[in-house]
Amino acid sequence: MTSQYDIVVIGGGNAALCAAMTAAEAGARVLILETSPKAYRGGNSRHTRNFRCMHGGPLGPLVEDYSEEEYFADLLKVTGGKTDEHLARLAIRTSEECLPWMEEHGVRFQPSLSGTLSLARTNAFFMGGGKSLVNAYYRTAEKLGVDVLYEAHVTHLELDGDQITRVDYTHKDQQHRTEPRSVIVASGGFQADTDWLTRAWGEPAKNFLIRGTPYNRGVVLADLLAQGVSQVGDPTQCHAVAIDGRAPKFDGGIVTRLDCVPFSIVVNKYAERFYDEGEDVWPKRYAIWGRLVANQPDQVGYVIIDAKSLELFMPSVFPPLKADTLEELAGMMDLPADKLHSTVDTFNTACGDTSAFHPTELDGVATTGIEPPKTNWARPITEPPFYGYSLRTGVTFTYLGLKVDDNAQCSTEHGKIRNLWAAGETMAGSILGQGYLAGFGMTIGTVFGRIAGREAAAYAA
Amino acid sequence: MPRDLIQEARRQAEICNACRYCEGYCSVFPALHQERFFTDGNLTQLANLCHNCRGCYYACQYTAPHEFDLNLPRALAEVRRESWERHAWPASVARKFHSNGTYIAAALVAGFALLFLVIHTLGSDGGGEGFYAALSHNAMVAVFAPAFLFPLVSIAVSLRKFWKTIGGERIRLVHIAGGLGMAAKMKDLAAGHGDGCNFEEEDRFSHARRYAHQLVMYGFLLCFAATSAGTIMHYGFGLHAPYGFFSLPKLLGIPGGLMLAGGTGWMVRLKLASDRHVGDQNAWGGDMGFILLLCFVAVSGLVLYAVGGTGLMPLLLALHLGSVLSFFLLTPFTKMAHGFYRLAALVRDAQRKSEHSNLSSMLSRHMDPIAGKENRT
Repeated sequence: MTSQYDIVVIGGGNAALCAAMTAAEAGARVLILETSPKAYRGGNSRHTRNFRCMHGGPLGPLVEDYSEEEYFADLLKVTGGKTDEHLARLAIRTSEECLPWMEEHGVRFQPSLSGTLSLARTNAFFMGGGKSLVNAYYRTAEKLGVDVLYEAHVTHLELDGDQITRVDYTHKDQQHRTEPRSVIVASGGFQADTDWLTRAWGEPAKNFLIRGTPYNRGVVLADLLAQGVSQVGDPTQCHAVAIDGRAPKFDGGIVTRLDCVPFSIVVNKYAERFYDEGEDVWPKRYAIWGRLVANQPDQVGYVIIDAKSLELFMPSVFPPLKADTLEELAGMMDLPADKLHSTVDTFNTACGDTSAFHPTELDGVATTGIEPPKTNWARPITEPPFYGYSLRTGVTFTYLGLKVDDNAQCSTEHGKIRNLWAAGETMAGSILGQGYLAGFGMTIGTVFGRIAGREAAAYAA
Repeated sequence: MPRDLIQEARRQAEICNACRYCEGYCSVFPALHQERFFTDGNLTQLANLCHNCRGCYYACQYTAPHEFDLNLPRALAEVRRESWERHAWPASVARKFHSNGTYIAAALVAGFALLFLVIHTLGSDGGGEGFYAALSHNAMVAVFAPAFLFPLVSIAVSLRKFWKTIGGERIRLVHIAGGLGMAAKMKDLAAGHGDGCNFEEEDRFSHARRYAHQLVMYGFLLCFAATSAGTIMHYGFGLHAPYGFFSLPKLLGIPGGLMLAGGTGWMVRLKLASDRHVGDQNAWGGDMGFILLLCFVAVSGLVLYAVGGTGLMPLLLALHLGSVLSFFLLTPFTKMAHGFYRLAALVRDAQRKSEHSNLSSMLSRHMDPIAGKENRT
């Protein structure tokens, strides 16, 4: 059956919507197949909040300037050099023209949020956050004549030689097959498939929390990789951070972050410290704590602070556990009380002069004579009430994805696939080998979504 | 205050405070983000700052079916209505009218009946012209002076209590100017981006509710100005009704009445189209009853003007004055009171902003405890 649509877009987040709108504006008839129900549409985009954007001068909500070189240098820092420079620079350079395009398509920006002053120059914040961006894009896409099916689960893309000949999906318990001229895959990574994550990472992954959508199960990604479509990115790796242990299994999003580690000691279930809590400012360390916690027994950590540190970090989504004594707090957290007491005593004794304490700078207020040390912000935990949080590993995204070229086009070892393009998280591994830079996921999704939409429409025309 | 309503608002505010995505929408969020723990007074203030524009609801990634089940506009609407009921004086009366349109209708009928009775028993003392031929000026004053003064006293008592609850400081002129400025433009219904609010069609932004509200508010103020002008002309200049078309009471009152009638009608339509579960469902009947009462006041006033010279006049006069009487007396106990509480909350927010800017300019020389965050989505 030939499709009434020129283009099928698989996925319903930022990259999918940018692709669909661009293609529809070029005259193509576009169908979006979104696997989630309408209430959860938008994938991980609904949890985002900003767009990292190069700019030569003040632009929209962005102040001063942010050059390609500085942007690229920031990216290299977080990826440790594991970056495809050509594609990264393409994304960075194109980001500047994207911001006005986003506004034209309904996105509204706001000044940098309280608590994020340092991002005011580099990141444009969406008013209302990522879900409001997603809402605006759906409204614009529908005005452009794009059709959307929710709860449409794509099961298979038939790859025949160098082209996709068929898309199979189920919708309302019915099997459908359609034969569009072009296909765009923008359906994210596989982090919500716990079995896959466990195969990739190992048993501890069963205890990981997934910060975003439960619908990124990698069905289409696995189907394409099985048919020999070229892949990129370390299949065993995911980006993980340390989050509030009480967060839901899926979809906890931004609010589950905890910023208190630098002002705390962190212990494992045996009430033993295991890493330098004051190694660097939290934004530079919160990602490695995802891994540190993953390596502890039961993949859990416990943060202990005292009254004097309570107001030094952003409020947490759930109130901390609170007790007048460490014993009581240990009881609330199921930690061995004697051991916690001795760990805290040892730590307190190792603290020295705290007069230079400065919460937002590396202050060098360090412990002496303990292992592991705490090299900044080391103040004794003495002032009741005492507060506690549990920490778990929260997965943001996976790195394994589809390898694409400048035109967002997919390939096999035999060459390009004529009518298959990929955008967003599902191909972000082509650019980011490890690490993450705030707001860069939305940059990749917007830039490559628009490229994929443009190319797919040109092919279908 | 009922613990469950305030506790639910607190639970939701704490989640919002960890997110902050909605900071640009309205006055609620900057005020919310300034607190770390929420007292009952904080929550009452936030509730009265909220205009139920629903921008935050449709932008929220944590609304049902998410287990956090956020619905801040509803949580605040419930705390808000409860705060109006609790601060009203006498409070027991308020609990009936805020949630029940039938009581409002009953009050309206009672107003009609009273006016018919007054007209029937007192009537005019023979010499009146125009409306005074049906009901003498003195009789009107005898009925309406207390009916006007009582709500003023009642609201003054309520606002004093309310001001204490929300922790208000000594008011300066600049605070009042700040509050009035926000109210005059209904800025909180425009959202930070100026595209309006989400009300009648899910997440679509529109100015419909803002404009309808402006029509009601300015229409009402014009009618009020018309009545005041008439009073001044009567007592100050000995110019007695009926007034011609090119007189202040008419020039203010007719456009005012048209705006009020049109605005309330529009408001009813918007309210019918809106998603009820994003507001206070218990207040729906009371709010609707109140809007219809206001609409009746406006329409009956216009009709009365139209039929002034005919035999229908005494009937229409009784209906119009009856509705005005009910409206006045119900002012402290219906949605009408919201204007006073909201204005107080906006004045309080203007105080907060000036305190905050003083504080942060003082602190910025030392440290900004939250400035060092970056690198996360």
